[in-house]
Amino acid sequence: MDIKAYLVLSLTLFTIGIIGVLVRRNAIIIFMCVELMLNAVNLLLVAFSKMHALSTAVKTSAAYAADAQIFVFFIMVVAAAEVSVGLAIIVMLYRNTHSVDVNFLNRLKN
Amino acid sequence: MNITTLAFILLSVMAVGSAIMMLLSKSPVHSILWLIVVFFAISGHYVLLNAQFLAVVNIIVYAGAIMVLFLFVVMLMNLNADTEPVKNYRMQLIGVISGGALLLVILSAVMKMDIQQPVQMKVGDQGLISNLGKTLFTNYVIPFEISSVLFLSAMIGAVVIGKKD
Amino acid sequence: MNNVLQIAWLLPILPLLGFIINGLGRNILSKAISGLVGCLVVFASFLLSVFIFIEVKNGNSQVVHYFDFLNVDLLKIAFAFKFDPLSSLFLLIITGVGFLIHVYSTSYMHGEPDKDFAKYFAYLNLFIFSMLLLVMGANYVVMFIGWEGVGLCSYLLIGYWFRINDYTNAANKAFIMNRIGDLGFLIAVFWLIAKTGTVEFDQVFSAATIAKLSATDITGITLLLFVGATGKSAQIPLYTWLPDAMAGPTPVSALIHAATMVTAGIYMIARSNILYTMAPVTQGVVAMVGLATAVLAATIALKQNDIKKVLAYSTVSQLGYMFLALGVGAYTGAVFHVMTHAFFKALLFLGAGSVIHAMGGEQDMRNMGGLKKYMRTTHLTFLLGCLAIAGIPPFSGFFSKDEILAAAYVHNPVLWVIGVITAVMTAFYMFRLYGMTFLGKFRGSHEQEHHLHESPAAITFPLIILAILAVVGGWIGVPKIFVHGGHRLEAFLEPVFRESNAITTKHEITHATEYMLMGVSVAGALIALIYAWRRYGKYQQIETSPKGITKILENKWYVDEIYNSTIVQPLRSLSGFFNNIIERKGIDGLVNGTGKLVNYGSRQLRWLQSGQVGAYVLLMVLGILILFIIQLFL
Repeated sequence: MDIKAYLVLSLTLFTIGIIGVLVRRNAIIIFMCVELMLNAVNLLLVAFSKMHALSTAVKTSAAYAADAQIFVFFIMVVAAAEVSVGLAIIVMLYRNTHSVDVNFLNRLKN
Repeated sequence: MNITTLAFILLSVMAVGSAIMMLLSKSPVHSILWLIVVFFAISGHYVLLNAQFLAVVNIIVYAGAIMVLFLFVVMLMNLNADTEPVKNYRMQLIGVISGGALLLVILSAVMKMDIQQPVQMKVGDQGLISNLGKTLFTNYVIPFEISSVLFLSAMIGAVVIGKKD
Repeated sequence: MNNVLQIAWLLPILPLLGFIINGLGRNILSKAISGLVGCLVVFASFLLSVFIFIEVKNGNSQVVHYFDFLNVDLLKIAFAFKFDPLSSLFLLIITGVGFLIHVYSTSYMHGEPDKDFAKYFAYLNLFIFSMLLLVMGANYVVMFIGWEGVGLCSYLLIGYWFRINDYTNAANKAFIMNRIGDLGFLIAVFWLIAKTGTVEFDQVFSAATIAKLSATDITGITLLLFVGATGKSAQIPLYTWLPDAMAGPTPVSALIHAATMVTAGIYMIARSNILYTMAPVTQGVVAMVGLATAVLAATIALKQNDIKKVLAYSTVSQLGYMFLALGVGAYTGAVFHVMTHAFFKALLFLGAGSVIHAMGGEQDMRNMGGLKKYMRTTHLTFLLGCLAIAGIPPFSGFFSKDEILAAAYVHNPVLWVIGVITAVMTAFYMFRLYGMTFLGKFRGSHEQEHHLHESPAAITFPLIILAILAVVGGWIGVPKIFVHGGHRLEAFLEPVFRESNAITTKHEITHATEYMLMGVSVAGALIALIYAWRRYGKYQQIETSPKGITKILENKWYVDEIYNSTIVQPLRSLSGFFNNIIERKGIDGLVNGTGKLVNYGSRQLRWLQSGQVGAYVLLMVLGILILFIIQLFL
């Protein structure tokens, strides 16, 4: 399987995530699109790790190609932490303003 | 067209299609469900690449924990299709166009690349849990420990933010 | 005393010090102190000039170098003073006559408030400083510094009573006309630097440097320098500022517009005499312009009624004589006439000032008359001055004027004829002035008659000194036919004009011719004198309005009006055009338009800071897009 196929797939998912952030007004949906972006990146990282698995450098040290997958592991760790805190914030915002509309949260103005 | 390619194409279509459906659906609950389908598709990709550990962890952590958390919050706020705010049409269009443009630009750059190496699929022992574990606990111990601290701080942060006073 | 030249730098510094003290302290110094400071510094400079003169007379001319203005690759301009016969003579004249005028001013200006009095002396000292720089400069650049300085001081002093608009207009006129001349001077200096790479007198006038200049170069440079001289020394076409400059106080007219500043042009040409001798074309131009100016000004003076205006036109006329002398190569004669003119013209102006003072500010001669019995000293000294300027022997004017006329005859008899006619006119209008002012019956009002008195000692003392000088001053230039070994001035100035004289062919005229020339001019002057004395001694005012030739002369040949219509008005309309169209619409439109554009743009940009997170993200994406495009494809 060519690496380009994985590149295209991953980029497509990433772009859909970006479009989602731009198009939707609900804060929670926007957050979810961020998760989608992270996942697209994860996929690409794993694909690259498998690509390097066949390269000559790996023949010398077997652990070399697994670095990317460790990275994916840590990305998931961070995503989990970030989601918990982020959702806590959104809940607080909802409690104060009774809305999750981002257009409503324009306190950064002026 | 061997089975691997077919599986790849099937999973890709499922992933992209669900992502688009996630964008398009009006109800937030539906969006969350579509996202879960995307995660399943991506886990399928991981299996195809023989990254077994990650495939399972993806399901358990992302689809199982994070998305459930999202669902909890959505249901807490009682959001459904008619309370959903909609951005005005012009901004949506601009968003789509700029995103599309970004995709096109990066793709065109990528397509010019000349990479000979294929991707090893279905076999390979990098994704096996024993190898991953070895790498994790020899080279990456410190980040591992620090990630536990990260979790601790996240938990404390969430509790502090969520307090009622 | 050869250390005098070491402290020669004190010479200009002392008046400068006077300027600073009087200028900065004008609000606190009393009239007595500021007058004392002003006069004392000039007197000290005069003493120094005497010592320097003695030094130079003993043969010790030198150039004293202080520092370098400019010392780049091929061009070196130094700040240096040159002490030689020419400059030391001028130094004596400037500081000597200047001192007398300072003393005179202490009494003449005593009606002014304290701080204006101090201001006056400050300006006067500054003028002396600039004039000294001009004369002592060892190169064209230092001379030009002084040149500009005297122009400035002339402006400041003419417009001294600045609250009267007419006076400030006159000051502007003087300065602007001077400036036009200065442009010529500057271009000449640039040309000189371009062709020879130096401006120092000693270097420029050496045979080696002159060999570098082509005939066109020399003619061009000398012509341009002459343009500068016409501005400063009031020749055609830049002379109209001088009569209007009579708006300033009379001592100012005496010092600046009779004795010193107007002679700057003569000095400059005399200094550059070798260049002029090598450019016969320019010399012809100089002689023509000088003669024409002399005639024109004399005709105008015939019919002026303001006492100072007559003297002003007389100054222009006498300057024309000096330029005529320069034009025919009689450099010594020109310098001689500068000296004698300084004496008798300053005397005449100061005398006129004394008269005006006694008449309570009246300047129209038709309202004067019979002042002989009220102001004896002024009358006597004024008479001596008139005799001197008319060229009656043995007074000073006779010797200097005769020398010029003789040189003109040798060059071209036609010049001589016109010169004699002008001399006759000079005698006529001067004695017309004398007669109308001092003889006959008093024609003024009764209060004026009660006010008439002889002026105080501070005024009459300079008059007496100058009268003595006007009488005996000519005796240093007695021509050789009278006194064996005479003409000490020529001998003194010989080193300065040596090279010029070596080149020109000398036409000797016989003794008989010389006697004849003298006789004709003296006879003509005497006849005019007696005629004017008798006619204007019994002058009675006739109330007819002038017509015919009289009208033209009284209106100064309408030269000012011609200038106004051909130069001033077109310039005004041009600048009006520039103001309205280019300035208002073009440049203002551009500047205001930029402001409006910025305003508009900022209003649009304000939407960026909407506080909408969504918009921020959109901009982020767009930014990334642009970055990628640039990075990947450009």
